[in-house]
Amino acid sequence: MTKILIEDLYLIFGKHREKALKQSREGKSKAEVLSSTGCTVAVNKANLSIEEGEIFVIMGLSGSGKSTLLRCINRLIEPTAGKILVNDLDITRSTDKELLNIRRKEFAMVFQHFGLLPHRTVLSNVAFGLEIQGLPKEDREQKARETISLVGLDGYEDMKVSELSGGMQQRVGLARGLANEPEVLLMDEAFSALDPLIRNQMQDELLLLQEKMKKTIVFITHDLDEAIKLGDRIAIMKDGEIVQVGTSEDILTAPADDYVESFVEKVERGRIITAASVMFEKPTVARLKKDGPEVVIRKMREAGLKTLPVIRTNRTFIGFVHLEDVLQAKKQGAKSIEEVVNTEVHSVYPDTTIEDMLPLLTETELPIPVVNEENFLLGLVSQTSIIVEMTGKDDKEIKEIIQNAIDL
Amino acid sequence: MIDIGTYIEQFINWLTANFSGFFDGVNYGMTNFIGAVEGFWIWLPFYVTIAFMAGIAFWRAGIGNGFLTLFGLLFIYGMGYWDQTMQTFALVLSSTITALAIGIPLGIWSARSQTANRIIRPILDFMQTMPAFVYLIPAVLFFGLGTVPGAFATIIFAMPPVVRLTSLGIQQVPGDIVEATKAFGATSRQLLVKVQVPLAMPSILAGVNQTIMMALSMVVIASMIGAKGLGEIVLQGISQLRIGMGFEGGLAVVLLAIILDRITQHIGKSK
Repeated sequence: MTKILIEDLYLIFGKHREKALKQSREGKSKAEVLSSTGCTVAVNKANLSIEEGEIFVIMGLSGSGKSTLLRCINRLIEPTAGKILVNDLDITRSTDKELLNIRRKEFAMVFQHFGLLPHRTVLSNVAFGLEIQGLPKEDREQKARETISLVGLDGYEDMKVSELSGGMQQRVGLARGLANEPEVLLMDEAFSALDPLIRNQMQDELLLLQEKMKKTIVFITHDLDEAIKLGDRIAIMKDGEIVQVGTSEDILTAPADDYVESFVEKVERGRIITAASVMFEKPTVARLKKDGPEVVIRKMREAGLKTLPVIRTNRTFIGFVHLEDVLQAKKQGAKSIEEVVNTEVHSVYPDTTIEDMLPLLTETELPIPVVNEENFLLGLVSQTSIIVEMTGKDDKEIKEIIQNAIDL
Repeated sequence: MIDIGTYIEQFINWLTANFSGFFDGVNYGMTNFIGAVEGFWIWLPFYVTIAFMAGIAFWRAGIGNGFLTLFGLLFIYGMGYWDQTMQTFALVLSSTITALAIGIPLGIWSARSQTANRIIRPILDFMQTMPAFVYLIPAVLFFGLGTVPGAFATIIFAMPPVVRLTSLGIQQVPGDIVEATKAFGATSRQLLVKVQVPLAMPSILAGVNQTIMMALSMVVIASMIGAKGLGEIVLQGISQLRIGMGFEGGLAVVLLAIILDRITQHIGKSK
């Protein structure tokens, strides 16, 4: 179900907004609008649909309009034109009173610099949202205590937030958001101010929490690694426009334009690319029962391979056969290849990352079989393709490198 | 030649003629207010007052300032100016309370509205820099001679710091905290009461402290139009060329100022 739907949203800063809006709608670029009207187009015709229960990441460099777009969702910033539908209700038309109610019940926000009240304790900071709603002190503190233990801050209730480290403060920020039991969590570069180790830890915990909570989370970041780790889907913004929306896989494998590609290049591909995206499907196989040594040798010749994966009739994977072994078997007059199948082979699942497959390279010279949970053979990953993905160099370059090494 | 003086005179005359009822009312209210405050401090035996003030100083401002308060007040009593000191204290206290009652809301208003800020700022500049003697005359015209016009002049002179510092304090509340508060659905009133004012408190208290100091510095000037207290002693010393007496009065003012400054500076800080 679609939770938040953003339709043709514009946000323009400056004096002649109407004129600037008209020009933007006619398709003029941000720079053109700026030079002719003096207005800055911060969000340019944004269209997004955010599904219930997903972590939706909006990613872009600073100045791309991502934080501004987020603030339009709860109208901390008033959009210039366009619709924002939350539960099919257009909140750009809400009255001030309705808006307060939506902010209290529907949304909670977590900020880059935490935005906590330094003069208050952890407990009263976490209870703050409920206090605003006018909940009696006992109720809100009970709720706050529950949330505090959810984010692992037990025992810190009575400390002032200014006494806590950055990571701890952001836990308080997260707890304050969750205490409200919002439908949607808006997170604005929530982990960007933390040091890398703590950031990683917080990301893991957010994912764990999300497994239990199933909230809709809109997460803003400038870090593609973070986007890929957290996002079920990612939108990439540039100069106020949404350039691409898709899963991390989509974005890495098929970047929509040079801009997205330039991001992707910087990513450690090994951590994201999975076996499923680099394997070649429908490889030539040897069938255990049906194919005798003669047939297997023929298949190997046709495919130009010295090894073949072996499967049962029901497609479950067993192991590999090697040309020399099959020839040997044929000499000995064997009718089946059963005797010569090498079953000591590691297989991987489709979602195994390249990085996790690296250790297998050292064990074997064989391609790596990709199987599903029922052990059905889905495809093979060649060793070269792993190297290609890890180094970012293409096939030819790698062959050259290998050749150079041999020449030496 | 631009004869602005004539217009101002006409304006003041017009005010006195048409708003005499209003000024009489204010006069009556202020007289009673200051009278009550003054009556209380003069009624209170000196040792109770000294013990009370020294107690606060020991509690909030530390041992050094505690002893300073104790011996300072005993010294003033010893010089024989206790009643005048209490009159001055009462004038300063009631002027400060009035200045705060008007100044803090004005400061909040000017922090939250650009328009208000644009109107209030030049008025504050005017109040702070216009020589005090200039508005003593209209004060006398409005309220007659006595303590009230003295208080009026004192309030005008002492109010700007608290307005400015309140406004500054609220503007300096970090933007992300304000944004967070709004994001949780706070009304503008909740934002003010729960976030902006508490966070601006150190700055507001600095404003209170400054207002008290400014009020004390007006004591002698206020006495020129009949306000009672230490200012009278100083004026007598000047007019009768009694150098010693003038110094005694001045010393009492300084001691009172230092004591009030130390106490109010520490009162807002947590121990």
